[in-house]
Amino acid sequence: MNLQFVVDGLLTGSMIGLGAIGVTLTYAILRFSNFAHGDFMAWGTYATLAVVGAIGAMVGKVAPLGPFSFGWPLLVALAVGCALTGLLALALDAVLFSRLRARGQSIIVVMASFGASMALRSLLEFIFTSRPTYFSRAIQIAMPVGFGIRITPDQIALLVLTAVLVAATHLLMTRTQTGRSMQAVSQNPALARVVGIDVARVVRATWMLGAALACVAGTMVGILVQIRPLMGFDMLLPMFAAAILGGIGSVPGAVLGGLIIGLAEAAAVQFVGAEWRAAVSFVILMAVLFVRPIGLFGVKER
Amino acid sequence: MDLIGYGAFFLTTALIFAIISLGLNLQWGLTGLFNVGVAGFVAIGAYTSALMTTPDDPARFGGFGLPILIGWAGAMAVAGIAAAVTGFATLRLRSDYLAITTFGVSVVVQLVALNAQKLTGGAFGVGFIPRPFAGLAETPLLFNLSNLAIVAVVTLLAWLALEHLSRSPWGRVLKALREDERAAISLGKSARFYRVQAFAVGGALMGLAGAVQAHFTGFIAPDNYAPMLTFQVWVMLIVGGSGSNLGAVVGSVLVWAIWAGSGALTATLFPPEQQARAASLQIVAIGVMLCVILLFRPNGLFGNLTYRRRFGLKARKPS
Repeated sequence: MNLQFVVDGLLTGSMIGLGAIGVTLTYAILRFSNFAHGDFMAWGTYATLAVVGAIGAMVGKVAPLGPFSFGWPLLVALAVGCALTGLLALALDAVLFSRLRARGQSIIVVMASFGASMALRSLLEFIFTSRPTYFSRAIQIAMPVGFGIRITPDQIALLVLTAVLVAATHLLMTRTQTGRSMQAVSQNPALARVVGIDVARVVRATWMLGAALACVAGTMVGILVQIRPLMGFDMLLPMFAAAILGGIGSVPGAVLGGLIIGLAEAAAVQFVGAEWRAAVSFVILMAVLFVRPIGLFGVKER
Repeated sequence: MDLIGYGAFFLTTALIFAIISLGLNLQWGLTGLFNVGVAGFVAIGAYTSALMTTPDDPARFGGFGLPILIGWAGAMAVAGIAAAVTGFATLRLRSDYLAITTFGVSVVVQLVALNAQKLTGGAFGVGFIPRPFAGLAETPLLFNLSNLAIVAVVTLLAWLALEHLSRSPWGRVLKALREDERAAISLGKSARFYRVQAFAVGGALMGLAGAVQAHFTGFIAPDNYAPMLTFQVWVMLIVGGSGSNLGAVVGSVLVWAIWAGSGALTATLFPPEQQARAASLQIVAIGVMLCVILLFRPNGLFGNLTYRRRFGLKARKPS
């Protein structure tokens, strides 16, 4: 048996998991499943790509860092891209979601996010066309690390980056005032308001955090696979499945759910056939809904 | 003469959309169930009927050569069962789970249509689907008109059935559940049971529409059932006004006219190499339109979703 699928699965799982954090937080705090989240991912990636291009135009060609396929411009661009994606999410919330939320019908917000997702995605196709692009066309040599597994320097860097981001998000959610306010609003918005938590601020923090992580996840897809306008939409079902598998509102759950789905997808590619990959998250989703709808770390809704 | 022929063709397509919208209106407008996988249920109906009615094909499963009407009945049954299973799995949970699951259904249905070659013919789809009045195909005008007549009859039957259902005790329970779930449950109505039924009937209508369309075009392929279809139908229902069968039909014709018209416009205005981009701009416009209607005129043209307003939560004047 070839264990290469473990590495592939962990990488796919990292991208799904980072995206699923945003989905699960939006669901827990703003109380709707955001169908536009995948498109935040794609927009973040294209924003990063555009900033990389702009830096390249200003300072000329930059040598890649050590063994990696990217140089410092990508890191700077990623930070800018995260901020831009956050702004996009805030703007969309201001013109659309917050107004509909105020009317108190959460399912209308879901529908609006579906319309917004279609519009955002097609706008990307209009600006950048649907042709795939890449951050770098350089080919990396995969290093053997034993057990028949090979891994490239980029892949190691991204796995480490995921671990750092997940740890940081977890600390943010459990150790800081912002994170505790977010948890309070997710558990009981009315009570949170009564004890003086600024709900509007919590909402902003949720969008910024979710969108920034989506941008990172999208950029990871861009570095390891390719950049397409549909890249985020294709990740939507795995992200929802991961969020529900992990339990809505749970950050570690979303990441663990993402890893499980990533590993299952990679195993399916190896043992069933690559064309059935997209069905894996649906199968897992249905199994969770039948067996344990609150997910691994979920809590019963009050 | 060409104009009449095109008009008949246009109306046939629009009315097929209207049947889907009527199904969606039963699920959403009457019952409040959010289905993001419309395309999946339409595809299930189309493929079911195609497999049952096409002549035997050694390259894939079936081709049973059954009459068209049996194919349509089969399409309704299979799509209805698929919807019932989906509803059964999710309707005891929060409403968002139904949205996510139906979205998954449409993804998986498309995957099966694309990859299960033995069943669905793969990317090349299913051809040689028998068309009603195929004998008239030499005179396109007569052929288009007779197809329009069939689709119009099916739409009318679906409409009458839905109007009757929504006035029946069954329909009143659905409305009661939508308006005030707790009160309805306290009167002894099982919310989940009624909702699964409504979802299944709506899914069956979508399957019927898929079958009707398959027999109208004579050929189906996985691409016909992309998420775009779901999106179009939603826009049609929201523009027409959710909760109103009249709105579902009028919205379908209107939005299809806008869609086909703007498509023809971009085809003449833009050079061929820019047309893919212009088409995506068209989708952006429709997506923005959906959001604008949700924001400023949530009832669409004929909608009667009056719930919550009565409780003074939002004492807006009906605009």
